[in-house]
Amino acid sequence: MSLPHEITAWQNLSRKWSAIILFLLAWEILPRVGAISASFLPPTSQVFTFLVRSLLSGELERHIFISLSRSLAGFALALSIALPLGFLLGWFRTFERYVDPLIQVFRQTSAFALFPLFILVLGIGEVSKIAIIFYGAQWPILLNTISGVKNVDPLLVKSARSMGLSRFALFRKIVLPAALPTIFTGLRLAATFSILIIVSAEMMGASAGLGYVLSNSQYNFDILRMYSAIISLALIGLGTNYLLVTLEKRLTGWKPEIATF
Amino acid sequence: MSLIRATGVRKVYRGKKRPGDAALRETVALEDVNLEIREGEILALVGPSGCGKSTFLDIVAGLADHDGGEIFLGDKKITGPGLDRGVVFQGYALFPWLTILDNVAFGLEAQGIETKERHRIAKRFIELVGLTKFEDRYPHELSGGMKQRVAIARALAFEPKILLMDEPFGALDAQTRERLQFELLRIKQETNKTILFVTHSIDEAVLLADRIAIMTSRPGTIKAIVNVRLPRERKLADDLVRSSGDFLEAREQVWDSLRHEVDKAAELEYSI
Repeated sequence: MSLPHEITAWQNLSRKWSAIILFLLAWEILPRVGAISASFLPPTSQVFTFLVRSLLSGELERHIFISLSRSLAGFALALSIALPLGFLLGWFRTFERYVDPLIQVFRQTSAFALFPLFILVLGIGEVSKIAIIFYGAQWPILLNTISGVKNVDPLLVKSARSMGLSRFALFRKIVLPAALPTIFTGLRLAATFSILIIVSAEMMGASAGLGYVLSNSQYNFDILRMYSAIISLALIGLGTNYLLVTLEKRLTGWKPEIATF
Repeated sequence: MSLIRATGVRKVYRGKKRPGDAALRETVALEDVNLEIREGEILALVGPSGCGKSTFLDIVAGLADHDGGEIFLGDKKITGPGLDRGVVFQGYALFPWLTILDNVAFGLEAQGIETKERHRIAKRFIELVGLTKFEDRYPHELSGGMKQRVAIARALAFEPKILLMDEPFGALDAQTRERLQFELLRIKQETNKTILFVTHSIDEAVLLADRIAIMTSRPGTIKAIVNVRLPRERKLADDLVRSSGDFLEAREQVWDSLRHEVDKAAELEYSI
């Protein structure tokens, strides 16, 4: 016997999947009955068959790998610079007050607005692509780290200070764990940005990668190939977020609840 | 024997200079505070709001500096915070990312005691406050009263010479507050710790303290000291101690001295 308001495993599963399944069904049926032109939207089954075939041939993996390496390189670079800088700016408030106006000007400057400049200075190769991802991904990391460090509950700091902690210990044992949830929000945003930006950058000028596949198949009207790239991107986004949420749960499991959007 | 000895303590807050001000705005928070806390006693510090009683506690804790006078802990002059004093705040100040066990062990870690020993000591103090079942929980899973017990256990665990409590029960509901007051008396009985207890409740002060120091409104200074002639054993044993003659007499005495200051503090507030 189950209680009236208890959620069963089946209910849980159907809540998670029913909307997605309905969407896929509509996608399958609408082009087949001619409600939507199949040349613009081929049925799901055809798209997925094509996706599996290009995965089996290794063709799609090559592009996925190239896009992911670029994203990861840019993200890693952003992390290694924005995280320490964020700690510094959050910890030394006077310094932050001087630098903040400059930060505000730059963060409002779109990464894409700067892309032509990056290409001009760094060439059309890998460096300019990694640079634009770095530029886009470092803002959420930097800004969230600053606000995480700045907004640590002063009472916790006072309490730790009353137990004679040094400034360094205070940072490591209080500020760092207290700021971690905010920093993680920044990391998740940065990861999403890294993937979004690489697609556009590759569409603007590249000879490989998922963004290139997208624009190239659009030119050649290779619709199935285009959809396979779109679906790959969606799955990569989902996977990245899942990975980061899992990591976040492990590191900040003490929190009552973690938003998973 | 006195454990804490404060002589001529003065504290000035300097505000920001605004356009039109000739000099920095200065507010004298404490003026010539002389106070002695004896070894093994509970001394309650009462006064109207804004009189600087919490500031005085912060200075004793080494969390705030002072602009004049001296404070000694034993024969050591107080210049900064240290583990010879344990502080309990009104807002609990538990570290939300640590379990109850690790919260209580926090000060021991700062002392450089190794993990196993740290946990053994922490468990002993968690038992003292009656929360053994909750040692693996996180603070957000506990009620306010339980959190404050944890905070008390944490402050006791590193064996400070004195416990400094800054309106520790101020955020609790009436029933929980009363239970924790008796709990504190019992803990005091078991540990014989010296306690400085800041409160604005006269009833709380009379119930807990052996002596009550009354502060004037700003600038705060010690106006009078009232001896409470109620032995701790009687407070613990007698449920109706609050309506006993001795209790009411002490309450009356404190109120007589405080009434004028409360009025003055209210006037100060309106004059701003």
